[in-house]
Amino acid sequence: MKKIEYTRIKGHSLAYYGLLAGLGFIILLGLLATWYMEHNGHYVTGMSNQIVWGMPHVFAIFLIVAASGALNVASIASVFGKKIYDPLSRLSALLSIALLAGGLVVLLLDLGRPDRLIVAITTYNFKSIFAWNIILYTGFFAIVGAYIWMMMDHNMHKYKKKVGLTAFVWRLILTTGTGSIFGFLVARSAYDAALMAPMFIIMSFAFGLAIFILVLMAAYNWTGRELGDAVIARLRSLLGVFVAAVLYFTAVYHLTNLYITEHHGVEQFILRDGGIYTNLFWFGQVLIGGLLPLALIYAPGVKTCRKTLALISTMIIVGGMCQIYVIVIGGQAYPMELFPGYEVSSTFFDGMVNSYSPTLPEIILGLSGMAVSILLVSFAIKALSFLPTSLADSIADPHAAK
Amino acid sequence: MSDQINDSRRQFLSKAAIAGSVTIAPGVFLHQTAQAKPDEKAVTSATRWGMLIDTDKCSKGCTDCVDACNQEHALTGFDRPETDAQYIRKVSLVEKQTGHEISLPLMCQHCEKPPCVDVCPTGASMKREDGIVLVDKHICIGCRYCMMACPYKARSFVHETIENQTLSAPRGKGTVESCTMCTHRVDKDGIPACVEACTDENHNAMTFGDLNDPESTISKELKKHGGKQIRADLQLNTGVRYQGL
Ligand code: SF4
Ligand code: SF4
Repeated sequence: MKKIEYTRIKGHSLAYYGLLAGLGFIILLGLLATWYMEHNGHYVTGMSNQIVWGMPHVFAIFLIVAASGALNVASIASVFGKKIYDPLSRLSALLSIALLAGGLVVLLLDLGRPDRLIVAITTYNFKSIFAWNIILYTGFFAIVGAYIWMMMDHNMHKYKKKVGLTAFVWRLILTTGTGSIFGFLVARSAYDAALMAPMFIIMSFAFGLAIFILVLMAAYNWTGRELGDAVIARLRSLLGVFVAAVLYFTAVYHLTNLYITEHHGVEQFILRDGGIYTNLFWFGQVLIGGLLPLALIYAPGVKTCRKTLALISTMIIVGGMCQIYVIVIGGQAYPMELFPGYEVSSTFFDGMVNSYSPTLPEIILGLSGMAVSILLVSFAIKALSFLPTSLADSIADPHAAK
Repeated sequence: MSDQINDSRRQFLSKAAIAGSVTIAPGVFLHQTAQAKPDEKAVTSATRWGMLIDTDKCSKGCTDCVDACNQEHALTGFDRPETDAQYIRKVSLVEKQTGHEISLPLMCQHCEKPPCVDVCPTGASMKREDGIVLVDKHICIGCRYCMMACPYKARSFVHETIENQTLSAPRGKGTVESCTMCTHRVDKDGIPACVEACTDENHNAMTFGDLNDPESTISKELKKHGGKQIRADLQLNTGVRYQGL
């Protein structure tokens, strides 16, 4: 295999600056939205004492989960020694940091007291999985940052593999931690499942790779660099495996729940009677995020079609957002069972399905988190040599090219 | 005239004190709690405060306990039931099988093993030695994880700027709050406002006392007639117990 040459993107074009300006504008709107919500208080959002986590959390959790998955490509190269992914490792690591940063920004800005960031990072309750997550996130930045350094500095190449392995293990723990945020909520029947953490890991594989593919294709397309079919074909089939795995886990999750009598209520709610949540589950998560992408990935005739792959990735992202929405919001909408055998009513919405409609500021805040991620990547690939000058088949995979 | 001056001075002082207790460092708060109870009596685990509710004596339309609580903590509503704070609420139950009706007040159950405390990242959600579970409003970052974790939906998030607070129960926008078992009264040998109202109105559906003291009324009553925990399956060993459920 030829030595891969990495170069920075030029980033002089009008389009590049246009992209930065556009992203900057979205972020500005996000800050305005935050100011609006914090100034008035959260009553101006769709969130309430019943639905305490809303749209910002859907975005934040999606980004954090995807962050860990975006590192997959690098892990496969360094930990599992698959050479073809090696040239993609730098971008993979960069994207994972950027996505995590975007997600955390949203999470932070939605706090009731974002001004107490210092409290959050200095006062720990070590029993709290949330506190552990703060440590895991900080560690992730440090380790993946070091990993990028090892990859870029020739003198440090010898440590690349070890650090890569550390990053791999770390991010598995990190996603387990994110999943466990829900796993620990024993009171809510939707979350009371040990499967939550592994399911989040599988989800991260699919979401992270889908975003990675979009970013990779966009970067190569817009800079006029060559991206060969060999890489595309590999990523595509990898994506197929991950999407199938998410579907499989979803099925196992709901089937196990159906075995547990206590969970029949919430299962019926999500799968059959939940209105918006049922629709999001079947049409969003299962159809758009699972079955259709899978069919397209294995469809004959479009194997090397970039447009189809972009569509597939987008569908997986949309389906993923639906999935997290169903988990986060649907799980809260379903009433907590305090008095089995009784019909319950009160002034505090006991025994009722709680309603939630996201407001514009919440959605803008979430989108601005995504903008932060893309902006970071756009900056970084101009400042440092993250991208191989060419990923043409002859360079990326000489064997396949023959 | 001088009364008026005194009055406005007092108001100013109390406002300043509220501002101080909300914004100044944790030390100030600690100092205040220390002052709030007689010095010679520290909060210890020798006591465990609890409540017993006899649902047979609790009548359906009555909201005396709720009103007393709202007044005590200045929980002014904004006519937005979904976001307005409720420390205590009346819940109506109808047994599906028999049609039997029950009415009861529900508030923070002051769990011995409180999930809200376990999940709180900063330790703002905490349990006092005497079993009362509180939120330290100085280090609450408003993440609402405790609200996700509480099995009883006992907590409220302050969704707007609060005015007209009382000195004894300061509140703060962007933080979480719940029933404090009226620590400000209990620490001065008083009883919670809800229990007082229920007793004053002669309903006598609520008993407050020390669960660790075998001679207390509540302990004797519990020993004799028992008292159920809501969601006992979670094994949180709640400090609030119910009869007639
Ligand atoms: S009832 Fe809820 S808020 Fe009160 S101690 Fe138990 S878990 Fe915490
Ligand atoms: S909202 Fe406040 S008290 Fe509740 S878990 Fe978060 S920091 Fe702790």
